[in-house]
Amino acid sequence: MIHFDNVSKRYPGGHDALSQVSIRLDKGQMAFLTGHSGAGKSTLLKLIAMIERPTRGQIFLDGVNLNNISNRKIPYIRRNIGIIFQNHHLLYDRPVFDNVAMPLIIQGYRRQEIHKRVRAALNQVGLISKEKADPITLSGGEQQRVGIARAIVHKPLLLLADEPTGNLDPELSREIMELFARFNQVGTTVLIASHDLDLIKQMGSPMISLQGGRVLHNGLPFSLNTNREL
Amino acid sequence: MRNNPQKSSRLRSYFGHHLRVCLGSLGRLYAQPIATLMTAAVIAIALALPVGLYIGLSNIAQVSSGWDGSTQISLFLHTEVKKSDAQKLMRRLEKHKDIKKVELIDKEKGLQQFKEISGFGDALKYLDSNPLPIVLVVHPRIMANQPDRTTKLVKDLGKHKLVELAQLDVQWVKRLYTFIEIANRSIWVISSMLAIAVLLVIGNTIRLDIQNRREEIEVSKLIGASDPFIRRPFLYTGLWYGVIGGVLAWIITLLSLLMMENPIHKLALLYHSDFRLTGLDTGNTLLLILISCLLGLVGSWIAVSRHLKDIEPS
Repeated sequence: MIHFDNVSKRYPGGHDALSQVSIRLDKGQMAFLTGHSGAGKSTLLKLIAMIERPTRGQIFLDGVNLNNISNRKIPYIRRNIGIIFQNHHLLYDRPVFDNVAMPLIIQGYRRQEIHKRVRAALNQVGLISKEKADPITLSGGEQQRVGIARAIVHKPLLLLADEPTGNLDPELSREIMELFARFNQVGTTVLIASHDLDLIKQMGSPMISLQGGRVLHNGLPFSLNTNREL
Repeated sequence: MRNNPQKSSRLRSYFGHHLRVCLGSLGRLYAQPIATLMTAAVIAIALALPVGLYIGLSNIAQVSSGWDGSTQISLFLHTEVKKSDAQKLMRRLEKHKDIKKVELIDKEKGLQQFKEISGFGDALKYLDSNPLPIVLVVHPRIMANQPDRTTKLVKDLGKHKLVELAQLDVQWVKRLYTFIEIANRSIWVISSMLAIAVLLVIGNTIRLDIQNRREEIEVSKLIGASDPFIRRPFLYTGLWYGVIGGVLAWIITLLSLLMMENPIHKLALLYHSDFRLTGLDTGNTLLLILISCLLGLVGSWIAVSRHLKDIEPS
């Protein structure tokens, strides 16, 4: 699903965010991306979502070389990805339903289909009763779940999450992670950037550790076979 | 792509989407009526100004259109010339091959006309004697499109010993036409400048709108919105500004005409004319609104193409 081949990213000004990163994440897998802040987690996710372009190396997404995608075609790549942010990125000028419906409207779904899918997505995150609520009236955990509903409403092949539990207490964080695990069970590939090592350990999924822009560890968390390819 | 809807339903949904975005843009403008009206009023005034000038000029052109055919030469005779001599001259002139008809306006008739037209009738009572000369109005056979022959005739008539001054009345009509021509050109210049002003106003308004909706644009880009999709609501907003501004401009023009109609008609009556102001006809009204819409669309397009690129998710 995701294949990084010797990817480096240097930001203007000379900062090397990623150096010669080669990783692979198969279809239907779920994995965590860890590392201290500044280790390159966000950059790696941004390269997949084509928010940034690599300085060197190649990235393949579902077999497509992202280097060959023109800027004009980026939206169509992003439509196969659901992205979840730490700060939700919800729009506060419209109710929950309209926030979740955005990806479907962008892709030109019909009204009945939109209603059906938004309800289904809100049901999956347990917020079906809040569809008419303003996002600002929801708690942090609920807002994050609206963000997740928006990311999965168009059934993307790949789910990317950047510190999705960053602002939540351990109980809520666990709930959110279990939500991701459930999406993974129905076939969605999931990649979650998080520094919450305790939680990652509990989830038992493979882990990619970054340090200073390089891959430090690639495999099951704290297992002995640290060099196993994913 | 795995999850895309069927093509036919997509096409139907495409038009539905346009309709929704179009109405959504109008709804956003309606939600801030004061701000919307202020912007639309600026556009309307900028458009109403050249339209008003245009209407004024076309009315002047219409009033004066009957005049150039009636070229006439006024022969002002010396004041001491007697009426009988003037009548003799008149009969002689009528035999001239280039002259169709000659009218004699004697001193009394001249005074009468002067009273009627000038409105100085009462003041004239205080004069001991009639200061006006006898005037022979010569209608040449020559038409206005033969200026050389007309000029020669005027020159010849001016040399006659009884004539003090021969004046070709078409001269001032020509001057008026030249003046209208200049005014017409200046309307174009003014219109172009005001059109640019409208573009700038709309462009600036849309730019602010883009800044206010920065978050929405960023999120839309992140979840796969194409550039045309993001542009669309702003272009419709510009279009709506054009529509509202155009209609307002039409209303302003209409009201101004209504306000001027009565005094102008009174003035026309004083000149013994049944002249009435003509406003914009349907074709020109539609043209005004069409131009306004076009300016709205172009203005927003400029703003969108300049500022939407700057907003990228990070």
